Amino acid sequence: MSPTSVPSKDPEAGGNPKAVQDREGTGTASAPKAAGTAPPRAGRTGGRSPLARFLIRRVLTALLLAVGITLVTFVLTNLVPGDPVAANLGQRALGDPTIVAQWKAEHGLDKPLPQQYLLHLQGVLQGDLGTSQQSHRPVRDDLAEAVPATLELAGVAILISLVAGVAFGVIAALRRDRLSDHLLRILSLVGISVPTFWLALTAFYIFFYRLQITPGSGRIDPGMSPPPQVTGLYTIDAALAGQWDVFASAIGHLATPALVLALYTIGLLTRFTRSAVLEVLGQDYVRAARAKGLPGRVILFRYVLRSALVPIITVAGLAFGSLLSGTVLVEAIFAWPGVGQYAFKSATSLDLPAVMGVGLVVGAVYLVINLIVDVLYGVIDPRVRLS
Amino acid sequence: MTLSISDLKVTLGGREILRGVDLDLRPGRVHGLAGESGSGKTMTGLAVLGLLPHGARATGRIALGERDLLGMSAKELNTVRGGEVAMVFQDPATSMHPMLTIGRQLTEHMRHHLGLDRKQARARAVELLGQVRIPGPEAAIDRYPHQFSGGMRQRIAIAIALACSPKVLIADEPTTALDVTVQAGVLRLLRGLCDDLGLAVLLVTHDLGVMSAVADEVSVMKEGLVVETGPRGQVLRDPLHPYTRALLDSLPGETA
Repeated sequence: MSPTSVPSKDPEAGGNPKAVQDREGTGTASAPKAAGTAPPRAGRTGGRSPLARFLIRRVLTALLLAVGITLVTFVLTNLVPGDPVAANLGQRALGDPTIVAQWKAEHGLDKPLPQQYLLHLQGVLQGDLGTSQQSHRPVRDDLAEAVPATLELAGVAILISLVAGVAFGVIAALRRDRLSDHLLRILSLVGISVPTFWLALTAFYIFFYRLQITPGSGRIDPGMSPPPQVTGLYTIDAALAGQWDVFASAIGHLATPALVLALYTIGLLTRFTRSAVLEVLGQDYVRAARAKGLPGRVILFRYVLRSALVPIITVAGLAFGSLLSGTVLVEAIFAWPGVGQYAFKSATSLDLPAVMGVGLVVGAVYLVINLIVDVLYGVIDPRVRLS
Repeated sequence: MTLSISDLKVTLGGREILRGVDLDLRPGRVHGLAGESGSGKTMTGLAVLGLLPHGARATGRIALGERDLLGMSAKELNTVRGGEVAMVFQDPATSMHPMLTIGRQLTEHMRHHLGLDRKQARARAVELLGQVRIPGPEAAIDRYPHQFSGGMRQRIAIAIALACSPKVLIADEPTTALDVTVQAGVLRLLRGLCDDLGLAVLLVTHDLGVMSAVADEVSVMKEGLVVETGPRGQVLRDPLHPYTRALLDSLPGETA
């Protein structure tokens, strides 16, 4: 990416003769000629809708990657040494070849691998992810319960991290080398270095078991029934249904695991925001904005944060990925019925359709996050959109 | 309005960068400030707008009319910045925000200082772009800085500086980052604006060729001090100070 050199080339070519003109004649003589050359250039660099073209390109890339994800999950799952037959059938059934053959045929395991992959792909396209060998339910239904649980947890965690991390980073940068900067540095270092599972255990022990100020495990109080499913996110579903007691319970249950998950990403985002803001503060255009006499908050929000957002959203996208993996242990400790727990159970029982389903979902989430980050680049920075 | 700097001293990290600078800018005159790198030319320019680097301390007096800019509160200084004293920076590629349209960058301080509404500010912006001879100002206003060549960008930067009709313009090496072919056009523009609008211009440059082309008065700086001041013809043709002579002698060929 060389945003300044590449796109500036063609106005340069058109610009120099005009500069010569300016030196020769007075401005009025050169104006009509110049106006005549402007429209075609605007057409070339502007296009019809650069943002739309940019979006289409990104979405097509994402689709291609999605196919790649199905292939990779399929291959990796089949490379795992282990026999799903042995994992799923009892001792006595294993001794009987007809039962084994019948079980294999039922699950499509008797066909050659490429054919199995094509069948799998066909199923995925129709929304059929196969049947879990453990729960004996369609993997799709299992995931429809587990995925929203994890998304709710990780989503709340990333929201907390973005708000706190960016605010802390900006404060640290603006009050560089002062007490608040040092305190925030310690906080972010702690956040980055403390292992999440240990923090989860400690938080659970202190706040639930000792102090009894937070609710225990699960998504809502055991006595309550989940709100009618619309999005699968208990907080939103409860609010939609107007069940405010369920809503409060869901928020209460979310708070501790989400904060535990967020501490790492808060630390990460604080450090990145601080350095991004410091870098932008040293830019010429920030000094130029000061020279224009703009108020401090305008300079901070319009000039500094806008530029700093590019590295920040990059890190936020990566951080969301790390949240999804961090959630496996946190889900186990808080008995959160999410993807992490589901993946762990299916992996240990060699439940291949379930493992592939989880792989597909996690891959798709990554794709969507990357797509969002890419699109945000384009929205924030015109040079990305127009090049 | 005149700007007179007297006994300006700036210290940064225990080092004295300016050691008592005196300069007078008058309306309709271009005052050239020459000197080698590190002689304090740019610092003098930045000190006027209170844009010195973090940790720098300035003493002395910078009088804009009757008011002392050095004694002003941050809020008062903000009304002077961009409003009465404006600045053009060295590199137009970095002195404009790459993610904001030039229309935005032309109008935001007008709206802030002059209280114009969106429409009025836009109309004035188009007028300004025409004044600095940007072709097709109506279309240009919605584009981004990277869509213009270096010379055009510096013209736009000058338009931004002129937006609130300042009395004093500080131009910090405004042509150094530009092609030689474009330099003359930008200098001519500055000179014309100075004459037409009665601006007091401080032209900071290390290029004596540039100086001889547009400046009325010339000051030469060395190690944080002004060693010589006078009308252009006298300083460049008949220098009194040995350092000025050395600077002139170091020019290749017939440039001076």
